[in-house]
Amino acid sequence: MTLRFDDNGSLAWIKSIVLIAAVVIIVWHVLVVITGVPAFVFPPPTAVALTLVNKAVYLLEHSMITTVEIVCGLLIGSALGVLSALLLVSYERSRRWAMPLMVMTQSLPVFALAPLLTLWFGYGMSSKIIMAVLIIYFPVVAASFDGLRHTPNEMLNLARSMRASKWAIIWHIRLPAAMPSMASGVRVATSVAPIGAVVGEWVGSSHGLGYVMLNANGRMQTDLMFAALLCLCVIAALLYGLVNRLLDRCLYWQKDSAISV
Amino acid sequence: MNLPTRMSSQRPGPGPGIVINAVALRLQAHAVFDGLSLTLSGGEYHCVLGRSGVGKTSLLNLIAGSVVPDSGEVTNDQGGSLGGQVAYMFQDDGLLPWLTVLNNVQMGVRLRGERSRATEERALHLLSSVGLDDWAGALPGTLSGGMRQRVALARTLVEQCPVILMDEPFSKLDAITREELQVLACDLLKDKTVVMVTHDPSEALRIAHTIVVMHSGSSAGLSEFRLPSEPFRARDHKDVLSLQSELWSVLSSNCLDSKVPV
Repeated sequence: MTLRFDDNGSLAWIKSIVLIAAVVIIVWHVLVVITGVPAFVFPPPTAVALTLVNKAVYLLEHSMITTVEIVCGLLIGSALGVLSALLLVSYERSRRWAMPLMVMTQSLPVFALAPLLTLWFGYGMSSKIIMAVLIIYFPVVAASFDGLRHTPNEMLNLARSMRASKWAIIWHIRLPAAMPSMASGVRVATSVAPIGAVVGEWVGSSHGLGYVMLNANGRMQTDLMFAALLCLCVIAALLYGLVNRLLDRCLYWQKDSAISV
Repeated sequence: MNLPTRMSSQRPGPGPGIVINAVALRLQAHAVFDGLSLTLSGGEYHCVLGRSGVGKTSLLNLIAGSVVPDSGEVTNDQGGSLGGQVAYMFQDDGLLPWLTVLNNVQMGVRLRGERSRATEERALHLLSSVGLDDWAGALPGTLSGGMRQRVALARTLVEQCPVILMDEPFSKLDAITREELQVLACDLLKDKTVVMVTHDPSEALRIAHTIVVMHSGSSAGLSEFRLPSEPFRARDHKDVLSLQSELWSVLSSNCLDSKVPV
């Protein structure tokens, strides 16, 4: 099987998501029927589907909020990450001091910071965006910095022989050569950014899917909680497909070697 | 910036000679050169042969000015500096995969922020002289090894430097493609001062005006050969045949006697 993201790529991506969803729903249904657990513990897919339809507007509204938080976090976090990596590669001093600082702050669990961020930035979107930024920042920096450091020597020697300045080398050689690594960092970021946003919503919010889940959980509306989870999954999958496709466009010179089994 | 570039392109004149005078160079406590003196005449093709690690690449770096000698000096034959007059061509083509062939040829001017209509015309002209006019818009990933090295040759020439340094530029190519490129280089580099490091004695015999064999980093460790005829020579040219065995015996001898044929 090959998974490609050319012109039919997004269609193929959506197709596989639908297929996976179908299999999960069938297994889920069978599991509920066999075990006979009560609906407030583990609702059957039919109950969740019903909730999805009945509360469509409500869910869509909160999904939009969470999506905006994820996308903003992703954009800001990726930009900050790439810029920081550029800074690290440009100044030796920044490598000496900023790198240990980044690793140290990375060891603080973002979950522990969430209440503080809510205290400082309020119940609105900004504290959730900042959570998403914090959670994706380090993966993007690490991947980008790695790419910027490992520029092929023959390109650097050649550029130096052409009397290129340090800045010209960073801009014209190191940066484009690092783009495949940066893209890997952004892919990881895309898959973890929703965690940041939802954790932020859990800690304190009045909107978003995290808020919906917390609320539903408190009222034993397990079907609504499942519906919200499902929305989150769909958002994450669609976003990943979109970002992946965009990145492949940006890396037009890289040929896909077909991954075939 | 536009006008001077144009004008300098109309000044073909032969490249300057290179004078290496009593150069000593240590790299990491290892003496690469010790009292090395060598004169390479202007506008000619010089090949440097020698075993790996003897300092051939360091010699090129010395001429390019990217390595500064501990003592002694490297100048042109007027006693002036060679700074900014030297273009380099390496074994790896170093083409940037994200740029088109045309933009790769203009890599130097892009890096220095000197790109203009004139440089683009010059690049297009050179692409056609290496036979790749139809490939200007292609990405390097679609080219064969020989075509890539042609692009690298055009990129070296677009710099309009009178001195060209080449470090085993054709060693990765198959025999037929290599010969095509040797003929092309010989033709396009006419009147430039070329210093080419190679591991292939027959390449040197066919392409060079003079051949320098390096045994060590001192003047006593050099032997120079001058070929009387103009390159590019046929495989069975009398100069090639007559010098072949002598060159081989000098290359394979570890300690050489002082009778240096010039």
